[in-house]
Amino acid sequence: MLYVERPPLPSDDKRWRIVSGTMRKHGYSRNALIETLHTVQSSFGYLDEPAIRFVAQSLRVPLSQAYGVVTFYHFFSLKPPGKHTCTICLGTACYIKGSDKLVAEAEKLLHIRPGETTPDGEVSLATVRCVGDCGRAPVALFDGELSAQMEPARLAQRLDDWRAQ
Amino acid sequence: MNAEELQQIAAAAEEERGKFDYEVNVCMGTSCLAQHSDGIRDAIEKEAEGCGKRCHARRTGCMGPCAAGPMVLVEPAGILYGHVHEADAKEIVASLGAEPVARLDPQLGSYFEGQHFRVLENVGHIDPEKVDEYVARGGYEALLKGLTEMTPAAVIEQISKSGLRGRGGGGYPTGLKWDTVARVKGAQKYVICNGDEGDPGAFMDRSVLESDPQRVIEGMTIAAYAIGASKGYIYVRAEYPLAVQRLTVALREARRRGFLGYGICETTFNFDIDIRLGAGAFVCGEETALIASIEGKRGSPRPRPPYPAVSGLWGDPTLINNVETFANVAPIIRNGGEWFASMGTARSKGTKVFALTGRIRRTGLVEVPMGMTLRQIIFGIGGGVPDGRKFKAVQTGGPSGGCLPEEHLDLSISYDALISAGSMMGSGGMIVMDDTSCMVSVARFFMEFCMTESCGKCIPCRAGTVQMYELLSKICRGEATRRDLDQLTELCEVVGATSLCGLGQTAPNPVLSTLRYFRHEYLAHIDEKRCPAGVCQCGPPPRQADLTGTQGAAVEVHA
Repeated sequence: MLYVERPPLPSDDKRWRIVSGTMRKHGYSRNALIETLHTVQSSFGYLDEPAIRFVAQSLRVPLSQAYGVVTFYHFFSLKPPGKHTCTICLGTACYIKGSDKLVAEAEKLLHIRPGETTPDGEVSLATVRCVGDCGRAPVALFDGELSAQMEPARLAQRLDDWRAQ
Repeated sequence: MNAEELQQIAAAAEEERGKFDYEVNVCMGTSCLAQHSDGIRDAIEKEAEGCGKRCHARRTGCMGPCAAGPMVLVEPAGILYGHVHEADAKEIVASLGAEPVARLDPQLGSYFEGQHFRVLENVGHIDPEKVDEYVARGGYEALLKGLTEMTPAAVIEQISKSGLRGRGGGGYPTGLKWDTVARVKGAQKYVICNGDEGDPGAFMDRSVLESDPQRVIEGMTIAAYAIGASKGYIYVRAEYPLAVQRLTVALREARRRGFLGYGICETTFNFDIDIRLGAGAFVCGEETALIASIEGKRGSPRPRPPYPAVSGLWGDPTLINNVETFANVAPIIRNGGEWFASMGTARSKGTKVFALTGRIRRTGLVEVPMGMTLRQIIFGIGGGVPDGRKFKAVQTGGPSGGCLPEEHLDLSISYDALISAGSMMGSGGMIVMDDTSCMVSVARFFMEFCMTESCGKCIPCRAGTVQMYELLSKICRGEATRRDLDQLTELCEVVGATSLCGLGQTAPNPVLSTLRYFRHEYLAHIDEKRCPAGVCQCGPPPRQADLTGTQGAAVEVHA
């Protein structure tokens, strides 16, 4: 029987076992790369270099290819998210209903641009292309929880609530 | 599974239903769930138990009018409530068998007038996580009929006869596609369901997957039988966690009942489906890019031919159809191709689901027969533009489509009519704009989208979209000249003609259609340095305004 040496788990963090589980489920097939990266991101919140190296070695995918996949898809993040994440939808329906004003408000309050995290690591600001609740645009997600028919004032209120904690 | 067993399941589900006098169906779509409709359902159940009414509080899928959510449908009276809160549970339960609660009337007016439910026929009536409820409404009859009474060729013949065309936007005849894949020789073939609904502002596929996943599974299984595939994939956006969860449950349920797996319906036919998650790349809606993504690679498209029908997933013959296309399959097999073709226009048959959004009174999911006019949809179903504003344009087809002005409101919806008007059917996003929208800004918005979503493989798209975006920005800023406009038009032609895949080929469409119908707005920005809608900051901006965010703060400190 062919014995393929797989790299050891990067640490004894239990979450790596979930990642290994995904790869095992797909028989360590190369085409499980995206599925595995999804598991890493959902377990750790982002993908760092050791994680990408581990996944690439385990699936015998060139590191360059794994890195290429990570940077190609918007869903994957190379930076750790802040304690809270505010995601503003920039789909067409949201745009027509003024989601650019929401982004401007968030940028003004947090002093960061979309894709960045405040220096204290408290809040990340992100944008997304349509979450599919266009009927109640504009939409924003606060820590993944959907808030519809958003207004700049309400957005500011939610961000303030986070800071007050 | 045979016909008798199918009837038994349906009868058992019916019997279960018979135990209740009333059914209160609560919408559990993304939109209503975000407004805690699960809590409303629990409250209704508890309330009904408390007062001893035989009432079943059911979790159902999206009922359409999302803006009036959370929605509750009371059966058998057929009363629809909107904007329901947990506190209303008591009143709703008390009203069962009596007068409806007038206060909770969703005020939908003519929202349902002219709508015709085929794809969405079960939506709002079944629990998407229960396969038996789907069977009770005639589900999997078509699969059984196809597998036991029809040859694969006969199945394809019915699909061809129906005149069904791809609902993902291109409008390629579905029967022809199936026939091509069926004719290609190959030991292993695949069926892929394209649920990568990248068009921002559209949510038809999300809604169908969330509300009636079994229907898509049945459609895929019939397709697999017709072309001789044994393995299928559903590619869903990771941005739709609820759809993924419902699909996972639905696949498990279908396997449990023997609608997927080995020896389906006591035949020798084997088929199973896996879910693959998208990762946020619009280009993956293109079939060759989608295949690359399922293979675990970057979603870069490749030149066709060879088409996926010949060489698709891992080089094997592959059939790719959109969610809504598969959702149309079961009723065609159940009722025959002629039944399907009896509705619609000469070359566009059946119905189309649209996500009606934007500056419109009643937003939501609508299903209309092909051939209905835009005016009927926007002003009839949608109730027109609110706040006394004036209708300006309707955008269909997403970043690949175009904006149509008021003159085209009497255009009847069909693939060909929309293309000749400079837009396209697309997957079904329909976004209404009023006079507060600047059409140049809208074109720039779509171009920015295409620019960031370009995969970078071919130069016309990679570089062209950036240049077009810069030119549009220049026009918005009021710094452009007539020469820039000529250059923009020329670029549109070049990028459209020379790009590798659909993304680049159609990226100029929003610009071309707005240039065609709203040229005066472009000229106002260029010649008069003003934005007719008052959206753009034309003319040289004041220096202070250039300083944003932290920079602005720093200047203040300095002063």
